[in-house]
Amino acid sequence: MPHLSTYVGLADHSEKTLADSLRAVAEGHAAEADVFHTCHLLAGWSDAHRERLRPVVERYGEDDSVTEPERLHADGLAEVRAGQVGLLRDLQDLHVLATLVQTTWTVVAQGAQGLRDRELLEIATSANAETSRQLSWLNTRMKAAAPQALIVDPAR
Amino acid sequence: MTDRIADIWGERTPHAKGTVWPARVDLHLDEGVREEDVEAWVPSACVLCSNGCGCDIAVKDGRMVGVRGRATDVVNHGRLGPKGLYGSTPWASSPDRLRRPMVREGGRLVETDWETAMGRVVQESRRLLEENGPLTHGFYTSGQLFLEEYYTLAVIGKAGLGTPHMDGNTRLCTATSAAAFKESFGADGQPGSYTDIEHCDAIFLYGHNMAETQTVLWARILDRTRAEDPPVVVCVDPRRTPVAEEAERTGGVHLAPRVGTNLALMNGLTRELFERGWIDEAWVAAHTIGVDDLRAVVEPYTPEEVAATCGVDAGDLRRAAEIFGTSDNVLSTVLQGFYQSHQATASAVAVHNLHLLRGLIGRPGSGILQMNGQPTAQNNRECGADGDLPGFRNWNNPRHVQELADLWNVDPLTIPHWAPPTNAMQIFGYAEQGSIELLWISATNPAVSMPESARIRRILGSDRCFVVVQDLFLTETAQLADVVLPAAGWGEKTGTFTNVNRTVHLSEKAVEPPGEARSDLDIFLMYARAMGFVDRAGDPLPSWNSPEEAFDAWRAASAGRPVDYTGLSYDKLRGPTGIPWPVDEEAPEGTDRLYTDPVFPTDTDRCETYGHDLVTGAAVTEQEHRAMAPNGRAFLKGAAYTPPHEEPSDDFPLLFTTGRTVYQFHTRTKTGRARSLHEAAPDAWVELSTTDADALGISEGDVVRVESPRGTIEVQARIGQVMPGAVFAPFHYGSWDLDGLAPDQQHRQANELTMTVWDPVSKQPYFKTAACRVTRVRAGDGPAPAPTTAASAPPPARRRAVPPTAGGGPTTSEVLPETPTYPNDPAAGTSHPAPTRTIAGRS
Ligand code: SF4
Repeated sequence: MPHLSTYVGLADHSEKTLADSLRAVAEGHAAEADVFHTCHLLAGWSDAHRERLRPVVERYGEDDSVTEPERLHADGLAEVRAGQVGLLRDLQDLHVLATLVQTTWTVVAQGAQGLRDRELLEIATSANAETSRQLSWLNTRMKAAAPQALIVDPAR
Repeated sequence: MTDRIADIWGERTPHAKGTVWPARVDLHLDEGVREEDVEAWVPSACVLCSNGCGCDIAVKDGRMVGVRGRATDVVNHGRLGPKGLYGSTPWASSPDRLRRPMVREGGRLVETDWETAMGRVVQESRRLLEENGPLTHGFYTSGQLFLEEYYTLAVIGKAGLGTPHMDGNTRLCTATSAAAFKESFGADGQPGSYTDIEHCDAIFLYGHNMAETQTVLWARILDRTRAEDPPVVVCVDPRRTPVAEEAERTGGVHLAPRVGTNLALMNGLTRELFERGWIDEAWVAAHTIGVDDLRAVVEPYTPEEVAATCGVDAGDLRRAAEIFGTSDNVLSTVLQGFYQSHQATASAVAVHNLHLLRGLIGRPGSGILQMNGQPTAQNNRECGADGDLPGFRNWNNPRHVQELADLWNVDPLTIPHWAPPTNAMQIFGYAEQGSIELLWISATNPAVSMPESARIRRILGSDRCFVVVQDLFLTETAQLADVVLPAAGWGEKTGTFTNVNRTVHLSEKAVEPPGEARSDLDIFLMYARAMGFVDRAGDPLPSWNSPEEAFDAWRAASAGRPVDYTGLSYDKLRGPTGIPWPVDEEAPEGTDRLYTDPVFPTDTDRCETYGHDLVTGAAVTEQEHRAMAPNGRAFLKGAAYTPPHEEPSDDFPLLFTTGRTVYQFHTRTKTGRARSLHEAAPDAWVELSTTDADALGISEGDVVRVESPRGTIEVQARIGQVMPGAVFAPFHYGSWDLDGLAPDQQHRQANELTMTVWDPVSKQPYFKTAACRVTRVRAGDGPAPAPTTAASAPPPARRRAVPPTAGGGPTTSEVLPETPTYPNDPAAGTSHPAPTRTIAGRS
């Protein structure tokens, strides 16, 4: 099952990228108290998904050798942008990363169903549900930030 | 002559379950004024807490000289508490009232006339609108204006300017109450009634030291708990309050969870209901959605698990759950111990869940009272000066927005509904970043009341933001303003307000305001006219000029919404009692309790919000809401406990929590100017447990330094009754009456230590979860200035070392031989032996 193991690896990798990026945004925009606390909280969710996935990774092996899906690996946010518009752009980037995580879980869940791997199916489904909540928060926060950032941000 | 400083709740009038609460009329007049000297009694209600006790203002020689409780009012049946009695009127004739407008000249505030002061505001406002549009404007109001003033400001902000940046001090005191209602029931609105006290078998008080925050309501409870068939009281509070003592007296439980762990405790109680089968399955199936998810969320919270997290006894938790699960009728009340603490909305919603699981709602004795802190906070929520849309409308629902656009005759796109309303913390954040450049603050004092005071002072004092303050006095906030506008206060203007029990009172003008002071309504209208706001027909916006016209406009705005005022008028409110909304054709005399049907306003087209993720605050979308098809059923929503944002560490090993004392209100603008109240609690203090005090070598009255990562205070220590590991400080004490001291010696403001963090759903800041350390500085000159009469009392073993708090001015108190008839009272018609004793004090 080379491709399922690739996708299990991708799930693990993209969750890590998302968690790291959430933490980078939390620290970079720490003056926004809600962004600071919520991004740390959501990063913890991604950590927990990886933790639960670990036995599965051990079972299937995390296959990074297949070259083709390599292109799917997204880079995380190395550093954040300044100001309100910067925050908006960073939240957008997080949204892209979380979307990759979510579609990955969807694909993994399909594979797990095919293999009747109940453990993996349960992990993929519950992680997917929490990724939805991460995405909802990012959406909500972007909506709240947008008018002020686009119209009156003093750094514009 | 009763000293109501020493005797906070007054004489008991115990009565049997299911009978009407007897009437007792309390009165206080200024020294030297006799009852027969009073020239006029002007009807109103007290504005020194959210209880809204009906009263009449005594007027003599054009001055307010005292107050008398109204025997016929449904809220208080004639009673008043110490704050209402002593604090209602002295501030009005205080020599330091603001009499003329002021503007900043060369760094100093100097007196000027209205034309100059308002001219500056308008000039700045116009300039900013031209340069950057309405998002440069922010408004921060209060929980102390009148309904007419909130609604007028809401229309100015939403239809005139078009800014979403409008909030009030209500965010600090009552936002969680509103948010929790919206999440569970679809819209704001207090389900229960005070009359539930007379009919319940158990009363749960969650983070609510009612004995100090709403003294008259507590007197109402004491009149049942001291009767022969008392309800059982359960108290959730980290301090040993009078409520906790009453819990023990009535065979209930005092649960003292570690600060910041409320939600774990609530999840534990909820799990017990499931485990023990104390669920009304049929009712739950018919009237709620979400029970399976809730069961799954609370599953891990076994009593032992909760005991470990919260530091409570597992047996006590089981006992509390049993009281809730097996009493026929339960009343729950909730306040700041939940609202201003970690996971606020989720914890408040958990109280609803308990009631919904047993179907304990909508009938006498089974009610929920999510309380408010401030007297008119309710109107801020209703009228939309807190950012919400007026009439509990949903900013996410285009039809609701269109209704308002039609009402005001403006383009719906003017009305800021493209994003969630900006909460107070975010408004100050935008001002800090420089994108809000005009901040208008009315009748509140954020320099003392908001968290992390140093930051708030920096924002208000900065040159980047033009600050307008309208108030009664030159408060700590006003001192930082660019323009200060003198306002008329309670008794100096006419308007209505609504208490926490949905009861609407008309407060009539009794005297003229001092100097050139004007009502807040007149000030807002003066700005609107000077700015030339008009509707699509070119007519002035707002379209009214007087309080009564504003009230009638509001009635129209409320029509058909859950908060329906259409059946009310100034004339109707001139009757013997306040009237609880909704008042419409179906309920022309008002409504004692909601959800008797029980149909909840959760329908997608009717609700005030589609709801949120209680953990992250993420908004539920319209499609998601519609897919759930709530159709009048209430939501059961759960959330997992997460540890607080700041936990004790080696450097800061204790937990800092703030709160109130019985004799002071808010930042003492009024109560600090009343002799009896001031002397009862003249200065700040902190409370430590005996254990911590002993370990730190601190004795009663020692001056201690309390430090958090954000600031420091130095005050005297009371060895008190907080739980070990916790430090309590009252938040009332700023610097306005410390004239003799240099600013660097004024170290007593509790909010110097609190942190900038808020609830993800209600956006209410958390005042009760900061870490701190305490060190002894020196011996004090006597005991701490903390009252001994309530929760700040020393523990019993140490009580004798501290003189008891007393010394209030004379008051009278008379139990009426015949209890009046109260409209809507479910016990009406029941007779109970009328108390015949005349209570001490009546000469
Ligand atoms: S309980 Fe509240 S409203 Fe009633 S008199 Fe006291 S302060 Fe005033």
